[in-house]
Amino acid sequence: MSNPQQLRYSKEHEWLSAVVEGVATVGITEHAANALGDVVFAQLPEVGETVTAGETCGELESTKSVSDLYSPVTGEVVESNQDVVEDPSLVNSAPFEGGWLFKVRVADEPQDLLSADEYTEFSGS
Amino acid sequence: MSTAPRLTALDAVHRALGATMTDFAGWDMPLRYGSERDEHIAVRTKAGLFDLSHMGEITVTGPEAVDFLNFSLVGNIGSIGVGRARYTMIVDADGGILDDLIVYRLGEAEAPEYMVVANASNAQVVLDALTARADGFDAEVRDDRDAYALLAVQGPESPGILKSLTDADLDGLKYYAGLPGTVAGVPALIARTGYTGEDGFELFVAPGDAEKLWGALMEAGEPVGLVPAGLSCRDTLRLEAGMPLYGHELTAELTPFDAGLGRVVKFEKTSQSDTFVGRAALAAAAERAETAPPRKLVGLVAAGRRVPRAGFSVVADGKVIGEVTSGAPSPTLGKPIAIAYVDAAHAAPGTEGVGVDIRGTHEPYEVVALPFYKRQK
Repeated sequence: MSNPQQLRYSKEHEWLSAVVEGVATVGITEHAANALGDVVFAQLPEVGETVTAGETCGELESTKSVSDLYSPVTGEVVESNQDVVEDPSLVNSAPFEGGWLFKVRVADEPQDLLSADEYTEFSGS
Repeated sequence: MSTAPRLTALDAVHRALGATMTDFAGWDMPLRYGSERDEHIAVRTKAGLFDLSHMGEITVTGPEAVDFLNFSLVGNIGSIGVGRARYTMIVDADGGILDDLIVYRLGEAEAPEYMVVANASNAQVVLDALTARADGFDAEVRDDRDAYALLAVQGPESPGILKSLTDADLDGLKYYAGLPGTVAGVPALIARTGYTGEDGFELFVAPGDAEKLWGALMEAGEPVGLVPAGLSCRDTLRLEAGMPLYGHELTAELTPFDAGLGRVVKFEKTSQSDTFVGRAALAAAAERAETAPPRKLVGLVAAGRRVPRAGFSVVADGKVIGEVTSGAPSPTLGKPIAIAYVDAAHAAPGTEGVGVDIRGTHEPYEVVALPFYKRQK
């Protein structure tokens, strides 16, 4: 398992892409997807909703459990991934690609996100 | 006392396969090897190989073994034929379920021998209860938990896989029967039992033989799609098959009659005496069940995608009418399903307006008869 270098990571196991024209993409890491098991239901924040860094903004349900989804960043949601809503297993099969969760117009970027190497050490994988 | 989890004889195999391990009743057990959904589907369509070495085996021997088991358990043990198995329960004096069990009859009448298989989480409770109840009987209760590893091959391909490794008469081995034999050169008690809703076999072997048998089964089964399968898919498989799980559908607060399993209680037994532990309480529970039907165990199928979990309230017209005991996304149905105890008034299949309170939202559910899944024979 490798964590892409160009992303930054929260200790709640979300990743945040680089901000392009004010917008960044959010997903959960492969480590988190593996820990959840097969994801079967994703409740994602809706377009127009304001999410706050470190606060819950949805939930991911797997065979054995439900986990809160936290936002690694503060801002307004501009898109949520309907492919994942339709086929939640994308979170397992492509957590860093097709299994992204939502895009957010970034209002405030936390300074304490981890680099790929820091996250690898933090998560042990 | 050490709190380190116990390891099965197959622990190194699980780690080599990269299994996600979990603590289960004090044992470190494989939860899944890859995708639990893929493992589930493999068992339904091909075959899966499980390590169930955490189950608790207790051997009962002696001239009065039958009388002792009839006194200790709710079933009529005397009517089990040699080489057959029976699903039964052990209750306390109040009729509360201590565990559900499978009893295998191994010995002929002149040398009675039975193997009682308890759930891992209750094995000590069952062992202690049986040991205490043996007082006054010419019967011996032996803790054989360390004497066996248990492998299960489950799924439609399992008879073919096993036939390639044994000369035992598998065609003559009926469901809920067991016979001693040799599989891949390993002495085994071969039982046609399981907990998945599929045809399959459980193989009780010496722990020292477990790795050899696992390897032989994998080699024989891989060409037809056998995969290692963990406890996570075992739970969704048994849930689809409507099979109760201790701690969920069965608890010490419920009698077999409250759990809808009153049929396992036999008030007349093939013994000197029909007395057994819990008899008076169970007779009262049977009468109560007749006059004031208890909550019924039903199946629930979700209209939406949110998954009901054990402990969630079942609701109708804004009122709580029951409680979910087990819930999971069903790989076979492609929808979340649950087993729940609900008030008799809402228990009929097709009852309208039933929902489950999922973190504050009342999600609509269809009431169905159990099981959710029945294999084609």
